[in-house]
Amino acid sequence: MSLKKNSPAERIVNGIYTENPTFCLVLGMCPTLATTTSATNAIGMGLSTTAILALSNLIISLLRKIIPDRMRMPAYIVVIASFVTIVDFLMEGYTPAVYAALGIYIPLIVVNCIIMGRAEAYAGKYPPIPSFFDGLGMGLGFTVALILIGGIREIIGAGTFFGLKVTPASYVPVNIFVLAPGAFLVLAFLVALMNKLHIGFARRKDVDLSQGMPCGDCMNCMKVGMCGGKPEKLQKAEILSSKTSAGETAESRHKEEEA
Amino acid sequence: MSDLYQVSVSPHIREGVTTQKIMLCVIIALMPASVFGIFNFGFHALLILLVSMLSAVLTEYVYEKLMKKPITVSDLSAALTGLLIGLNMPPEIYWWIPVIGSVFAIFIIKQLYGGLGQNFMNPALGARCFLLISFSKQMTDYASKGGFLPLVTRVAATTDATSGATALAYLKNGSDFDLGALFVGNVQGVIGETSVIALLIGAVFLLLMKVIDFRIPVVYLGTFAVLVCITAAAKGYGNPFIFTVEELCAGGIMLGAWFMATDYVTSPVTNNGKIIFGAVLGLLTWLFRMVGSSAEGVSYAIIFSNCLVPLIEHFTRPTAFGIVKEKKSKKEAAKT
Repeated sequence: MSLKKNSPAERIVNGIYTENPTFCLVLGMCPTLATTTSATNAIGMGLSTTAILALSNLIISLLRKIIPDRMRMPAYIVVIASFVTIVDFLMEGYTPAVYAALGIYIPLIVVNCIIMGRAEAYAGKYPPIPSFFDGLGMGLGFTVALILIGGIREIIGAGTFFGLKVTPASYVPVNIFVLAPGAFLVLAFLVALMNKLHIGFARRKDVDLSQGMPCGDCMNCMKVGMCGGKPEKLQKAEILSSKTSAGETAESRHKEEEA
Repeated sequence: MSDLYQVSVSPHIREGVTTQKIMLCVIIALMPASVFGIFNFGFHALLILLVSMLSAVLTEYVYEKLMKKPITVSDLSAALTGLLIGLNMPPEIYWWIPVIGSVFAIFIIKQLYGGLGQNFMNPALGARCFLLISFSKQMTDYASKGGFLPLVTRVAATTDATSGATALAYLKNGSDFDLGALFVGNVQGVIGETSVIALLIGAVFLLLMKVIDFRIPVVYLGTFAVLVCITAAAKGYGNPFIFTVEELCAGGIMLGAWFMATDYVTSPVTNNGKIIFGAVLGLLTWLFRMVGSSAEGVSYAIIFSNCLVPLIEHFTRPTAFGIVKEKKSKKEAAKT
């Protein structure tokens, strides 16, 4: 990606593909598994989360210098909960069918890991504009992921897509796909596919995975091969796993030896 | 020096038992039940068995070919899984349902977890439960055109033969069933489960060949029988002993206990573990059949217990030779 770092476009691409919250960060699994019984529910959940994510990121980023560090979690939750309440009432008023189908999962957006995660990892540290687009990108990534999962589950499990019949009349729906096991199956296959794409992407950049990454701990890193040989980039964003501390010490030891 | 490197680790003397031979034994042991199933339900049952075996083997071959892994089709484990899936199908089911089951069993339950020896639940039963949830209407439609034997549906001739209710459904309400028919197997059910005598012939063959251990099935059936007998007595179902024997002969418990629960990969290796595993199976099957709302629960009981196997093995790990437990050593130290 040759996009400028923290530019709006880069943030959106990052949210949808590079760091897709569902397939790469594996955050927000409860709504992902529970609300993707149909594409309609998925898009309802995805878009409401996107709106809350973008707006709460914007407000948290604006307030980041006012909020004391020790009190940031309650402060974030107050901001997020305010937006969730607004979205909750709006959905109840304008889309009652989707609201009824999603049930408890709309109020539960307050404790959605993606929103808390982005507030903590991005909006609390960066200026408002990139933060807003980070939230927008993450939300769109979440929405795309949910529609993919929901669409696949709905087509296989019910033979419909957005409620329209898309399969021939002789098709017997595989009922398990609209139940919980189907959610896990579809999610697992999509995450595997995404990992395949990401590793392919890293290999095209002539990164030799067999020798391991410069930080030396690709096997224990949750973003295997994604740093493109530049682990410090990921370390800045604090998304390397805790195991990389071992890699760091190895690196520093290596430097000492050189000296 | 170079000679030292050629010393191999134990075992130095090997028995001629291979995976292929074990799987072949189990397939042979299932033959009486398969032949009886075909005899009982007609040639469609044969088609179901062949289709499910073929698709299981083909799935394994295609997956291993695509993933550039060594082809393990010749160890017959896929064929056995396919056969078990076929035996778990109602006799008049569409042919493509066992195909989906075989693909699910081999591809998702077996190969994605690393192939033979790595799967955490019995592939055939996992596939059966997958199909049972997905196609519940087709999977519980036991109505059969009939093969070469007249099907006994119940003692009193009041119900029509095409309703498709199994013996278990009658037993569920505490009513009686023809025990002789259950034993011989000319009743409704899935292809391989009906004939107790055919399954027992296979089980005796496996025990004689030392392919399976008696602990799991015996403890399983024993626990289940005791619990059912108590329940039947408490509920006042006629003669509780006859009711218990009928429960043991009806449904998939014989097929499950002798051929599915004893699967090496998904059962504990320790002897104590096998006894616990059997007891858990009996308890769960009793819960599903007698307490729960459905009539049958063998397959769910087995795959649920499969998931408990690592835990059971953890707590029944035998002490290695020569190791003294800490408490004992403290006592001995105090004595001296």
